[in-house]
Amino acid sequence: MELIYILLLSIFAAALSLLPVGRRFAPAVTLLATLAVFLLSLRVALATTEGGALTAVRDYLSCDSFGALILVLIAFVGLTAAIFSWGYIATTVEATDDRKVRRYYSRFNLFLFSMLAVPIFSQLALVWIAVELTTLLSVFLVSFESTPQALEAAWKYAVLTCMGASLALLGILLLCWGLSLSSQAAFTWEGLISASPQMPPALLYTAFFFILIGFGTKAGLAPLHTWLPDAHSQAPSPICAILSGIETTAVLYCIMRLLPMFQGSAASYVRMWFVIFGLISAGVAAFLLIQAKDYKRLFAFSTVEHMGIILVAAGLGGYAAHFGAMLQIVSHAVTKSFCFFAAGATLMATGTRNIAAIRGLIRISPLAGIFLMVGGLGIAGAPPFAVFLSEFSILKAGIMNGQYLVIGLLALFIVVAFFGIMYQINRMVFGSPDILLIDERTEQTLFGRSIIPGRNILPVTCIIALIVTIVPVILFGIYLPEQLYQLIHHAASSLGSK
Amino acid sequence: MDGQDLLLPLLTKLNALAGGIFLISAFGLVGIRQMLTCLRIYVFQSLLLAISAVILGYYHASIHLFVVAALTIVTKVFLIPWVLRQAVGYESYAKREISQVINIPTSLLLAVAIAILSYYIASPLLTAMGAGVFEKVNLPIGMASLLIGAYTVTVRGEAVPQLLGILAMENGAFFAGISIASNLPLIAELAFAFYVLITVLVIGLLAMRIHKMIAKTAVGEMMALREE
Repeated sequence: MELIYILLLSIFAAALSLLPVGRRFAPAVTLLATLAVFLLSLRVALATTEGGALTAVRDYLSCDSFGALILVLIAFVGLTAAIFSWGYIATTVEATDDRKVRRYYSRFNLFLFSMLAVPIFSQLALVWIAVELTTLLSVFLVSFESTPQALEAAWKYAVLTCMGASLALLGILLLCWGLSLSSQAAFTWEGLISASPQMPPALLYTAFFFILIGFGTKAGLAPLHTWLPDAHSQAPSPICAILSGIETTAVLYCIMRLLPMFQGSAASYVRMWFVIFGLISAGVAAFLLIQAKDYKRLFAFSTVEHMGIILVAAGLGGYAAHFGAMLQIVSHAVTKSFCFFAAGATLMATGTRNIAAIRGLIRISPLAGIFLMVGGLGIAGAPPFAVFLSEFSILKAGIMNGQYLVIGLLALFIVVAFFGIMYQINRMVFGSPDILLIDERTEQTLFGRSIIPGRNILPVTCIIALIVTIVPVILFGIYLPEQLYQLIHHAASSLGSK
Repeated sequence: MDGQDLLLPLLTKLNALAGGIFLISAFGLVGIRQMLTCLRIYVFQSLLLAISAVILGYYHASIHLFVVAALTIVTKVFLIPWVLRQAVGYESYAKREISQVINIPTSLLLAVAIAILSYYIASPLLTAMGAGVFEKVNLPIGMASLLIGAYTVTVRGEAVPQLLGILAMENGAFFAGISIASNLPLIAELAFAFYVLITVLVIGLLAMRIHKMIAKTAVGEMMALREE
């Protein structure tokens, strides 16, 4: 039943947020709803730590360990983003524009609804629709700031991902065709796995490529990632946190779910394509990171890189690598959302997204500076943060498998990205405090000014959101709670061939 | 069964005719500059999709396919042109598109190449699955329309043709889908129809906002966000 409550709650909150009663009402409703959704999804996750699945409606709504893992992450990022939104939206939207605030929270809840539906739905056609709704319901969140750049980003986002979705749709219909060969299997993930031995390999491969390319567009895999840095940098920071932290992963989840359908030599063929796409994405993103001029774009490119790493890990094969992939999904979701919260705090303190314009952030706004530094270190993969542990376990699993070339390239890209991120973040955080106002089109400095320290006080809710998110970023690098370990363990073993 | 056997050649031919015109209308979306004509071609293409669904539904005696046909006509022939007119505004698409990334003769040649490619992709599937006469028409043509639609989205620089390209892709996927995936649950069919409407609404509204902001809908010219 929890699964139904989760979906209903977020729809209900979306409707309530539209009620015109005071400026505080919509954020409060959203906060309560996301908190309730988070608690419910924790219950779902605890129910699946033994490896079974929680079913609400047979063949339609159910959640196994892998689904529950994604569900908890979505709910966690949703909760922290709701907390962060409170302060962020209150300071960035004009005090008179109550309608805009209500619309924001209503869309926020609808967007969260569509994301929560991705792991909860088990009927493939409905999963596809949920994935598509995540795009359509977040388009106006990306264009929320109504600047020409934001509209451009929203357009690219909508058009490219819808295009990818149509390709994926044909793949899913092909799978449905293959399913008609077997007697009475339902069109669910489990039904497909049990029916896949009867399907001709040509059909499986064609469907796989259509889905990989189609959903890969949405997950931000190179070379179809071009919309991602635009959309993930132009949206308001809490939305960026959801988009980058978990939306991409939720789509990658759909791709990874195809893996157990393939057996024997077909499995190694499919895994090879995972590795190829993953390496291209990680490599392209690592080198594009270096030249980013906007710190939100920097983190967006890092998302492309991490999607590549997760895909490579899924493609390496074997339980250890799959465990690493799951761990990477968890650590990336918490760390990346933290990074975007820190970026939002920086934006509030300085008013610019330009890396070159900010110097000595740690004196301008000590909190934003510290958080941005921690976020940079965390996402670049420095010890003792969570990403370090997960990347390390992936590299170790690859070496154990003897795939030295893949691991060598992956390690190279991770190191390049590490220096790319740390170089830029260092330049921003340290040095003499200065914000240069740079004309974005001509890139000429208009004038420089020093900011009086102490003027930039972050809203309390933003600080709370950052502190809540920093706990798993650090904790998971040192210690994994037993329940989470079990969840990751079962999710990882579900990826292997049956 | 005897009646069915006599009817089969006729139904096959009718379906092949619908498929052929369906493919030609996909070419039309690549080659025609006039945006209003593009919209009409799309409506016509959707009508062909519905006809094919009726033919297949009659042959398989499947109520699902009749529902698909009815939903297609209601949403794509009536609602979508209406929604688009409301959302985008007449002046945005009652005009010609001047510049294209690749000129029209080259575009059409490439579209032909894509159509041939999709026959190559589809034929091993048809053999492996032991496909019937309808699948042999619908799957390659649907796939061709899907891929040509993707190509349309890439080369057209105006908002409305790009949106129509996406919708043509969807039509292509469904054209293949009515023959190969007739066992989808009804709720999925309903959700698909609903989804197509939301797509048009969201992208149409976005196009309108862009029109308000930069006074044109040449989305291909928006280049502020890119890597140097």
